This record gives sequence, structure tokens and C-alpha cells, in this order.
Amino acid sequence: MTELLALIESLLSFFGLPAWMVYVALTSTKIAIVLLPLILAVAYSTYAERKIIGFIQNRIGPHRVGWRGVLQPFADVIKMLLKEVIVPANANWLLFLLAPVLSLLTAFAAWAVIPFDPSFVIADIDAGLLYVLAVTSLGVYGVILAGWASNSKYAFLGAMRSAAQIVAYEIAMGFALVGVLMAGGSLNMGQIVEAQAGTSISRWFVWPLLPLFVVYFISGVAETNRAPFDVAEGESEIVAGFHVEYGGIAFGLFFLAEYANMILITALTSVLFMGGWLSPFAGVPGFAGTFLAEPHFAWLAMKMAFFGFCFLWFRATFPRYRYDQIMRLGWKVFIPVTIVWIAVEGVMVVAQVGPWSA
Amino acid sequence: MITSLLFYAFSLILVLSALGVITSRNPVHSALFLVLAFVQSAMLWLLLEAEFLAVVLVLVYVGAVMVLFLFVVMMLDINVEELRTGFTRYVPIGAAVAFVVVLEIGHVIWFRSQDVLAVATPEPYPAGYSNTQALGSVLYTEHVYAFELAAMILLLAIVAAITLTMRRRPGLKVQNIARQVAVRREDRVRLVKVDPASGAASSEKESRSASNKSLSESKKTRSASNESGTAAQDSSAGE
Repeated sequence: MTELLALIESLLSFFGLPAWMVYVALTSTKIAIVLLPLILAVAYSTYAERKIIGFIQNRIGPHRVGWRGVLQPFADVIKMLLKEVIVPANANWLLFLLAPVLSLLTAFAAWAVIPFDPSFVIADIDAGLLYVLAVTSLGVYGVILAGWASNSKYAFLGAMRSAAQIVAYEIAMGFALVGVLMAGGSLNMGQIVEAQAGTSISRWFVWPLLPLFVVYFISGVAETNRAPFDVAEGESEIVAGFHVEYGGIAFGLFFLAEYANMILITALTSVLFMGGWLSPFAGVPGFAGTFLAEPHFAWLAMKMAFFGFCFLWFRATFPRYRYDQIMRLGWKVFIPVTIVWIAVEGVMVVAQVGPWSA
Repeated sequence: MITSLLFYAFSLILVLSALGVITSRNPVHSALFLVLAFVQSAMLWLLLEAEFLAVVLVLVYVGAVMVLFLFVVMMLDINVEELRTGFTRYVPIGAAVAFVVVLEIGHVIWFRSQDVLAVATPEPYPAGYSNTQALGSVLYTEHVYAFELAAMILLLAIVAAITLTMRRRPGLKVQNIARQVAVRREDRVRLVKVDPASGAASSEKESRSASNKSLSESKKTRSASNESGTAAQDSSAGE
């Protein structure tokens, strides 16, 4: 990866392009390197979702398009691209069309600071964690605007539900991230991963920050409006929630954003709590010197795949929460838990106990 | 060069969206223009290498405050025409306020420009400068009392806001989750043994009085804990 980027850089400077053009070209290449696999991953996570939930519910899942249905995502995408995008009468067409773009934009923008391996990150900025918080907090605009601009009461109800839910769980998520930055001593995502390096999995933040990890992951599920917190699209009450009026590729963008957000949560959980690209075999006698002990993107991918599976597992297992229970869990359980654990962690940091002191 | 180009682009959008806030007829559009204005000023801060402030501006104002604004504005049916009826009556006082504000801003800018001379492009900070760290070290050392005081005032505001909504009106239905969770089978379900030998009449009478009793009981529990689901079992238990 680094060699490829260096090659492009030297090639461009060879042609005598000015420095800023080389920079723009390099950054665009990096963005493409992240986004194209991401979109493919989104396509195949829909396939994985249908197959895995099918397996859990003793069904087969999609199996008609391609070998065992592997081409199903492409069939879906082509179908959505060919459908007509209908703007409802008396709807605000500008905001109506802006909303899916906005939710996709925020879902993609947060990937800029995710470190994929020790040398590859699009933007290695100091306030990476804050940037993630800020960008993900903008995702709610896509939802609110979609609900309001649709000029439909069901869409509006769904938007209200989902926006209130996102705002509520964002606070718990933010507090959990405060715990991570206290442990890592940095806001830079790469440095947070480095701070977890140690023998095997002993220094991963998931151990000292276990309550925060649980709160973070469950809040992540709620934040992305996934089951069991998917009242925003409660089929039995409000059809599909905020995107009920959307069809064709406008709906496809919301779909893409939802899954991109889901994968983002898995990536963030892996990076912040499970050591990101670090190998679980690092420093274990017997593995020293082998490729298994090396930090690599593959470890991050495996951790992300595990959490992604958990998302689907939750959806297939748990019944939907009642709305007041969702609010209670967010405000009255998660926020106090995170606040208490931050206080405990502060004491631990001052008293020099915990993995970050050594 | 690129920095100043970006500066002018961001400032242009900022000014246009600020104008949009006060000229749009639809309050939702005004709120959205305000969001755009906030984002643009965050961009300006980024150009000044104040990335912490920029990100926090987006996080707090755009991500939280404006979302609540939009919520309220979308749910209220605001009649803009009605709001504009008194326009001519309030023009003089508005103009006076605007004049004073413009005067103050002009004074500050003029006052500042005396020792700065010309507004020069700020020098870029050395690599490794962290705005976040710089802010933190100042906030927690030099200005720690002011900082803690501000935090206390904010906490007070949170507590006050919650207290305002905590008042108990008569007739208010409140769920007591702890009581709902603590309910056992014995509290709700009562098995009545019907003796077939003693005849239908007497057992019916008994069960009717039992069900009446349980109905009034269930009403009581319903008003107390608002659980119609489990209370319904109650009345059926008497049959």
C-alpha cells in the first residue's frame, strides 16, 4: 500500500506537477482505496445479513442470482438504479434530494481518520476522535431532513423517533470515547492503537474499560438504528420510517449510509477497544517472528467482521425495544454507567493502576 | 495563495448563509442556513489551525444545539405572516439597535487595527503544534477557576432544566419501572379452586364477587403503575 502511494507520488513529481496537485492526486487515490472496498463491503454485508439471518432462522436466504446468490447485491443495486426517483407532491424537492446525500456524506467522511494499518490512514490528524464524534453527530441531519421534506406524517414520525434516539445515544457514546482518550492519552486514532500494544491481548482497552466497551457497542447499534433499536423504521407502525417516501437510488443512498455507518461502528469499536490492527499473538512465545505476530490490516478486518456478525446476530435474536425503554436505557442506564466509570478510571489513572501506567 | 482563496470562498458562503437566515420565509430554511453558517465558520477556524475549536463548534452547535432547534421549529406551526405584522412599528428600535451594533463592531475593528497596523496573514504554527493541547494546558492551569465556574453554571442549568420537568401534576401517569420489574406471578395471578360438587350458582356468585374485587384492584394498580397488560390477567383469573 505504502509502496503504491510512493510510486504514484514519484510518478507525478516526475511529470513536473506542482506539489499541491501531487497532494490532491495522492489524497484522492487514498480516498478511492478506502471507499471502493467500503462500498463493496456494504453490498456484501447486505448479502451476509440475509444469508446469516436466514441460517439463524433455518432458511436458505438469497440463492437464485449467481452461485448461491453471490451476485444478489449487484442485482439489487441495478434494480434500484433503474427505478424512478419520485418526489412527493408539495414536498421540498431540494431538501428531499439533499437528505440522502447528506447522510451518505457523513457516513463516508468519518472514515478519513480510521487507521487501517500502521502506515495507512487518509488524514492523520490530532483531534481524530473528536472529528469522528463531530462527523457522526451530523448524520442526524439526513434523517431529520428526509422526514421533514417528505411532507408525510409517517416519515416525520420516523424522523422524530430516530433523531431523538440518535441524540440520546450520542451522549453515552461520547462519554465512552472520553474514557478511551483518557486511557490512550491522545485524541489521535493511531496513537490510541499504539497505546494498546503489549503482550497478546492483555493491554487492549476492552479489559480496563469493559463497561464503556459494552455501552459503546450497544449505543453504536442504537445510533445506526439497527435492530433491536429500529423503532425509526418500525414496519408494523410507520411502514419504513423516515425514508418511506423514497424510492430508487435515493432510497439506495440511505441504505448505503446505514450499512456504511454500521461498518464504521465495527471499525471504531475494533480500533478503540480491541487494538485495531494489533495482532492477538504479538509477544506470545512460539509465535515470535512469524507473520501471525505482525500487526496487519487483516487483524482489523477480522475484528470488524466479528462485530459485524454481532450486529446481524442481535437483529436475528432480540425483539424490538419499546420506545420508552430505548429512552430509559440511553438516558438512565448508559449515561450514569459511563459517568461512574470515567470517575473510576480517573482515580485509576491518578493512582497509576491499569495497563496505561506501565 | 490557496489558503486565501479558501478563506474568501468560506467567508462568501458564510455571509450568504447568514443573509439567508434572516431573509428566508420558512423558519426551517432559516435554521438550516444557520447550520451552514456554523459549518463555514468552523472551516474558517480550521484555516487558522484552531482545529479543536472548529471540531467542537461543529460538535456542539451543529450536532446538538441546531438539531434541537430544528426539532422545535419543525414541530411548531409558525405563521411567518403573523410575525411580520408589526414590522413597521418595530423598525425604528431595530434600526437603532443595528446602528449601535455596527458602531461597536466598527470601533473594535478600528481599535484593533491601531496596533496590528494591517491585517496580516497569520504565521503558520510549527509542525507538531497541537491546538487541542495548547487550549487544554491553558484551561486547566491559568484559567482553571473560571473554567470550573463555567462548568458549575452549566451543571446548574442542567439540573434546573430537569427539575422543571419533574413536577408532579395530579392525574399524571408515570411508570415506575422498578415496580414493574419487581412484579411476581403471585401479585397478579390468583388461582381459584372451584368445587364442582357445591353447584354452579354458588361458585358463580363467588367468582363474580372475586372478579369484581379484582377489577377494582386492577384499576388501582393500573393508575399506580400503568400496566394494562398484566392487569388484564387479573380479571380473567377470577373465572
